[in-house]
Amino acid sequence: MSGAPILDVRNLSVRFRTEGGDVPAVSDLSFTLDRGETLAVVGESGSGKSVTSLALMRLLPKDSAVTVTGQALLEGRDLLAIPEPEMRKLRGGAISMVFQEPMTSLNPTTPVGAQVAEAVQLHRDLDRRAAREEAARLLDLVGIPAARQRMDDYPHHLSGGMRQRVMIAMALSCDPGVLIADEPTTALDVTIQAQILDLLKRLQERTGMAVVFITHNLGVVAEIADRVLVMYGGRAVEQAPLRPLFSRPLMPYTAGLLRSVPRMELAGRRAGPLPAIPGNVPDPRHMPPGCVFHPRCAHHQPGRCDAAAPVLEAADEAREVRCLRWRELAA
Amino acid sequence: MSGFLARRLGQSLVLLVLVSMVGFAILHLAPGGPMSQFASGSDMTQEDLDRIAEQLGLNRPLPVQYAEWFWRMLQGDWGRSYRDGEAVLNVIGSHLGATLQLMLTATLLAIIIGVVIGTLGAIRRHSIFDTLATVGAMIALSIPTFWFGLVAIYVFSVWLDWLPSGNRFTPGDGSPLDLLRHLILPAMVLALVETAIWSRFMRSSMLDVVNQDYIRTARAKGVPEARILLRHAFRNAALPMITVLGLQLPTLLGGALVTETVFTWPGMGRLFLDSISYRDYPVVMGILMFSATLVLLGSLLADLLHAVADPRIRLG
Ligand SMILES: Nc1ncnc2c1ncn2[C@@H]1O[C@H](COP(=O)(O)OP(=O)(O)O)[C@@H](O)[C@H]1O
Ligand code: SF4
Ligand SMILES: [Mg+2]
Repeated sequence: MSGAPILDVRNLSVRFRTEGGDVPAVSDLSFTLDRGETLAVVGESGSGKSVTSLALMRLLPKDSAVTVTGQALLEGRDLLAIPEPEMRKLRGGAISMVFQEPMTSLNPTTPVGAQVAEAVQLHRDLDRRAAREEAARLLDLVGIPAARQRMDDYPHHLSGGMRQRVMIAMALSCDPGVLIADEPTTALDVTIQAQILDLLKRLQERTGMAVVFITHNLGVVAEIADRVLVMYGGRAVEQAPLRPLFSRPLMPYTAGLLRSVPRMELAGRRAGPLPAIPGNVPDPRHMPPGCVFHPRCAHHQPGRCDAAAPVLEAADEAREVRCLRWRELAA
Repeated sequence: MSGFLARRLGQSLVLLVLVSMVGFAILHLAPGGPMSQFASGSDMTQEDLDRIAEQLGLNRPLPVQYAEWFWRMLQGDWGRSYRDGEAVLNVIGSHLGATLQLMLTATLLAIIIGVVIGTLGAIRRHSIFDTLATVGAMIALSIPTFWFGLVAIYVFSVWLDWLPSGNRFTPGDGSPLDLLRHLILPAMVLALVETAIWSRFMRSSMLDVVNQDYIRTARAKGVPEARILLRHAFRNAALPMITVLGLQLPTLLGGALVTETVFTWPGMGRLFLDSISYRDYPVVMGILMFSATLVLLGSLLADLLHAVADPRIRLG
């Protein structure tokens, strides 16, 4: 890829003030996304992936209990700073999003064709009829059989996979430069999951959009990603191109995630239950001192890992890692 | 759909029979029947009274009286009023218009005001407006209707002398303006509790909807906030309100009864109370059956409407 990245996220932090205490859901997160690239964001549930994507879309609750800081430059414009009307024009236009829950993400009382047409009309200068025509084309494009006849179907007439295709049609309706897909296949069964992944890859080739693909499934990452960002406890803990990351993870957490995935699944097939990394993601209200991963880390050195917080450092020109011991461990 | 209709109609008929039995029993077992009314009112001899009791069938065992009443009712003969011998259906018919006018006006007011208050309260949750609306609804729900009616009469009729304190029109006038002036106070009083209920239902329905994933989807595709609220959220939040319409009918009828009494409104509610105090059994039973049918049909109709309006619901 050449030129400046299409999306440049710098020092993004999101903090929720709750009755149980402050929740630093995302801390000082920086990453870039090149044009046409697919960046997979991986991490266990609760690591701050959804909060990150909602922050970029400016869809977090707008109240004083939520604090978002940092920058997110989309082709130079800071998504976190532009006025709301301008952001509204970008949402669903230059940057759009597909959500995890296809069953509930569509309006139950509006036909799916009208929902796609609404997105088209909001961002493109088309009259009603042309927008409807375009919606039918999009539904056909995302592989909905007999799309024209399904325009007037309500969401409950469609299966989960078909609904997710509708969501994708809606997200792609205005040729976004960046698509954020937050676990778009997690709620679907395996064969449908593979179809949706294929669809996304095909559409990406066609439109050249960049994709932030959020998932906790490394099998899916292997399928789709160019580059991987591993998150833990709201922080980036490792960042690397796909192949080097899979063949030589530097951060013990990444290594643990990879070990917990059966080889078969990495080859694209499903296998038995995964032996997870022992322990749980930290409660963000009580982050462990030092390296936030140390309570679960097999390489944890008492007195060192629980004392000083590691910084994200460059391991080579394409990789970053957050671990005090990565050099020793890599040797 | 037809299966659903048949089942609901069947259930309604069973309910109606039960209501009629319970109503009949309570009415007849309550102390002081129509005979004591006749006895106290005039200088009839015991013989006269016996003859009347025989004529009206009041000296027979209760189950027999019930069976006879029920059988006649099925054939369309709802009996005659003890007071003036008028056919019960005619008596109800001549009071129905006033009640419907009152109830429809109050319901319309309540829906419009309640839905607006509830929607605004949900959109600006915990704002001063929302807090005031919440407190206001609590107060409205805890004030007895007759008390509010009396206060309204005192303020608007006695003190300010703006509006008449009762009746449906001024004798000899009866112009639209006169009718309207008479309607305002009772409709307002009857609408008060209804408005409170509607605003609460609407608020919680709206709050439920604005937190749904599909509202977030609408935002994600760049729909302006006003359109999200008016198109996406409002429509989904208003749908379940159709059911409330059906559920509110009994409360509304109860409220109408009190309101009509306070405002000497010549409707079914007042007729009902008058007929009870006169022990006018046929009229009381007639109104009971009539309003029970109205309630059951109303809730059935609300369910059908809801099914028509909500694409997810298929009655079967
Ligand atoms: N609205 C909110 N208020 C308080 N805490 C929140 C809110 N949304 C998310 N969180 C917290 O932020 C953390 C990250 O959540 P999330 O981004 O959803 O994780 P992921 O998508 O990686 O599973 C979690 O600990 C979650 O409880
Ligand atoms: S810093 Fe220490 S505890 Fe943290 S990942 Fe590295 S080795 Fe493990
Ligand atoms: Mg998530």
